[in-house]
Amino acid sequence: MTHEIPDDLHYTDSHEWIDDGGDALRIGITDFAQDELGDVVFVELPEEGESLNSGDACAVVESIKAVSDIYTPVTGTVTATNDGVLDQPELLNTDPYGEGWLFEIDGQVPDDALGATDYREQTEE
Amino acid sequence: MSSKQPPLYESHCRAGADFTDFGGWEMPVSFDSIRKEHRSVREDVGLFDVSHMGQLAVDGPEAETLLHRLTPSEVRGLEPGDALYSCFLQSDGVILDDVVVYDHPVESEYIVVPNAGHDEAMYDRLREHADRWGLDVTIANRTTELGMIAIQGPEAVDRVDAEGTQQLDALEPFTTTKTSIGDVECLVARTGYTGEDGVEIIFPGDEATTIDRRFDDVRRCGLGARDTLRLEAGLLLSGQDFHPDDEPHNPFEAGIGFVVDFDDEEFVGRSALEQTRNEGIDERIVRLRLEERAIARHGHRIVADGDDVGRVTSGTMSPTLGIPIALGYVDADSATPGTELAVSIRDRTADATVVDTPFLESYDE
Repeated sequence: MTHEIPDDLHYTDSHEWIDDGGDALRIGITDFAQDELGDVVFVELPEEGESLNSGDACAVVESIKAVSDIYTPVTGTVTATNDGVLDQPELLNTDPYGEGWLFEIDGQVPDDALGATDYREQTEE
Repeated sequence: MSSKQPPLYESHCRAGADFTDFGGWEMPVSFDSIRKEHRSVREDVGLFDVSHMGQLAVDGPEAETLLHRLTPSEVRGLEPGDALYSCFLQSDGVILDDVVVYDHPVESEYIVVPNAGHDEAMYDRLREHADRWGLDVTIANRTTELGMIAIQGPEAVDRVDAEGTQQLDALEPFTTTKTSIGDVECLVARTGYTGEDGVEIIFPGDEATTIDRRFDDVRRCGLGARDTLRLEAGLLLSGQDFHPDDEPHNPFEAGIGFVVDFDDEEFVGRSALEQTRNEGIDERIVRLRLEERAIARHGHRIVADGDDVGRVTSGTMSPTLGIPIALGYVDADSATPGTELAVSIRDRTADATVVDTPFLESYDE
């Protein structure tokens, strides 16, 4: 099965994406990740204003079959959260790169972030 | 030890299944989406491979006596074709496994269906007790040679009858008949584990593909949907909602006291259960409705006013109701329907209420 991997995003080994197209970095989980998890039924997000260090478990995505911690790939302060996914967790399945985003953070794209080509290679292994 | 594969393993692979190990079997957990599979069964029809369930054939002049003594239920009252939900107990009344006992509609034998991964232990238990009591029985473990599928949902019986069986509509719940599907002789029982109407079909494993192809159009469902469906129906999962070591409970605590027949003068566990009946139980299983969006999972603590009163054994987001539901054991004085409790989930607590009707029935109302 092929998964959508937009060219203009950065990716992590743990299947988060980072969009640096706006003022702050927007974070979400990839199409591959949502497909692995299956039907998402619950999302817990960090607090706006919360300071996070790269690697912190800062959100929880729970599907019918599994609970998954989300680790922030970026150090910084949370500037916005997507409260829409709290009421409609299924947005992570239907639109992982759009309405299913998780939070925005004020910080830098990490050096070890993957480009779309490298991430595609990794998920196809 | 590597996992066993069900006879339909290749078919599941072609259908795009994700697999999981369950009871030593490599079984499909979902094909597409648990939610879609769940909805098919509630609204239409779905097909589950349940070949991982055990199949033990118990035959001989004293087969009935053996099963009558090893279960707390009235096996002696079964007529050919009857099916009975029961369990095997330790002598202290603790449930080892729950089973369905089929009195074969044609043959003299009984078929005992324990849960996945329990077939060898239950075979040994039957054999040891038959020998200890000097009973004339033959016991065969046919788990790997037989296949079993469940076709479940409001349209299930019509769909199976469309294969020429043409008699299942008249088959009473918890009875079984011998018929053939695509020239394969099989046993069809009006039983299931979803809270829906439907049938379970037992057939020779090497004929699995013939049977499977007949139902190509029926949505394939995995263990994920099987779990959400049974939980909505308030049905217990062996090894999770009761377990002889990790979660030891007698049938009264587990909410299946209806399987116990005290008119039966002797069965393993009787004196312990009699004592329980006289003294009452300290804890019992309850159905919980969570009042906020959070998923209770196996092992989460149940609290009342900050004090531990029990723990969750099963929980999920109910796809039908759209609310989180759970089963768990609580102290008897916290078990009254309407009691407001909370479930400790990671670093927070979620309010929960004890409900008296199975989740699914509350939806039908």
